[in-house]
Amino acid sequence: MMAGLFLEKRTSRFWLATVFLFLYIPLLFLIVFSFNSTRQDGVFTGFSLRWYQALLTDSRLVEGFWLSLKVALLTGTLSVVLGCFAAFVLVRYRQFSGRTLFYGMVNAPLVMPEVIIGLSLLLLMVASQRIFGFPERGFATLVLGHMLLGMAYCTTVIQSRLQEMDRSIEEAAMDLGCKPVQVFFLITLPSIAPALVSSWLLAFTLSFDDVVLSEFLSGPGVTTLPQVIFSYARRGVNPSIYAAATLLIAIVSLGIIAYSIYALRQQKRAVNASQAT
Amino acid sequence: MTMKALLSPAKRFVIGVPYVWLLVFFALPFLILLRISITDMGASIDPFTPLLDRAGDSWRLLLKPQNYLPLFTDGVSGFGGTIYIQAYQTSLKYAALTTLLCLAIGYPFAYFLARCKPSVRPALLLLVMLPFWTSFLLRISAWKGILADQGVLNNLLLWLGIINQPIVMLYTDVSMLVGMTYVYLPFMILPLYTNLVKMDMRLLEAAHDLGASRFKAFWLITVPLSKAGIVAGCMLVFIPAVGEFVIPSLLGGADNIMIGRVMWDELFSSNNWPRASALSVVMMLLVLVPLALYYRYKDRTVE
Repeated sequence: MMAGLFLEKRTSRFWLATVFLFLYIPLLFLIVFSFNSTRQDGVFTGFSLRWYQALLTDSRLVEGFWLSLKVALLTGTLSVVLGCFAAFVLVRYRQFSGRTLFYGMVNAPLVMPEVIIGLSLLLLMVASQRIFGFPERGFATLVLGHMLLGMAYCTTVIQSRLQEMDRSIEEAAMDLGCKPVQVFFLITLPSIAPALVSSWLLAFTLSFDDVVLSEFLSGPGVTTLPQVIFSYARRGVNPSIYAAATLLIAIVSLGIIAYSIYALRQQKRAVNASQAT
Repeated sequence: MTMKALLSPAKRFVIGVPYVWLLVFFALPFLILLRISITDMGASIDPFTPLLDRAGDSWRLLLKPQNYLPLFTDGVSGFGGTIYIQAYQTSLKYAALTTLLCLAIGYPFAYFLARCKPSVRPALLLLVMLPFWTSFLLRISAWKGILADQGVLNNLLLWLGIINQPIVMLYTDVSMLVGMTYVYLPFMILPLYTNLVKMDMRLLEAAHDLGASRFKAFWLITVPLSKAGIVAGCMLVFIPAVGEFVIPSLLGGADNIMIGRVMWDELFSSNNWPRASALSVVMMLLVLVPLALYYRYKDRTVE
């Protein structure tokens, strides 16, 4: 038994380490070769910052970045609002006609192949443009498409938080004479706030990272950052995108470290508070 | 009294907003997709013909379900010999292999992760998620540089003296499977972990007390109990993998053409919208059973 346990512990460490290595090798590669002095990406020939310079002067990448940022900010915000509605419906309204269809539609974008979603949305936009004359393929269609994906993820995250929520506080507020709208804004919303933040981040990232839907939905002259990167990556080695990746990794890591510190503090405060009472 | 009559205006508003949104942007596009898949290609600029046509005084319904025929037979190589069928087969093959690889790597990983000390689990889980927050495209292009003939891996192996000649890995099955496994692995790990971490460890103790070996206990208790996680994880990998578009474009060669790519070419290169739609409808049918399985097991992992 002891020998078995020891062996399992060894295997466990080995397996976890190997998989983490597999997950992080590409990130390591991107960081290292973004500082390479030549275009080669098989050998590290020397340290240089030239690709960061190239990145900042590459107008396609810079413009793509600003467009993606705008699209992602809007997508994140709208997805959270819609996701909040949908999660509320799924958790609180257990019975209404058409609930199964609703459930199916909310969750489908999580698994559905993206090319199918992209194509059918494109067809919708084209049909609508024929009949109503809008929308022109571009910013608006990008946001709409990304929102479909973002909403699905937001709903899942907010739904699980809503399910865990203690409803007695809401009931108490109702008993004390709060209107449902007041209860929602004063009690429900603050207590699902962490889920709102993390689902916003998720929708933002999905939108900022999406290439398939964007390829279907963007119009001429409207190219998101991932689309620019995709076209560069298909053409061959271009270390400026490695530099972009390194910057992105740095921002994300800083964000996550900051968030962890915040979460840790909150936890400590909660522990202190519970000890005080 | 029906349920509808009981709903207050506020409730109706809360249900209505997301419902209408999904109907317009999710359900309606599918109906349009179906409709275009059974109409003719339009002339010159129009990508497809209208469904109804006015001939003289009467309306004519212009349906062309035979759009689906060229997918299966091209008259030369007989039934099933078309590039489309080949692309479907390739897609299913890679999706299945990716699912198996993800399960083989992800199951032990999720199992060990769930058995780690509770204090380190959140940090390790965060480490699994972290790559997900950085561009997926960039991580795929990194594999391109790693697996290339003159790439890091070949150089490393040459330097170590393990090989004398670079191994061709890029644009083959190897690079395809590495890329797809890499991207989809977290989608396998997360449902499995959620499932395994909730397992009642007393069951294993009981099995041990009754004389079962560790392996037997694992096989007869842990695995069956994690069935919902396994099915949900597998479907979460398999279904999107069938339609994968980016990875074959970056890491695949001429032999690795998947259906997403073929559909894309029909749409944007050949401008054959009805055929692209028909290809998507068939793709939908292929993932229908996995989709049903996913819905059946999804909530069992969560609850």
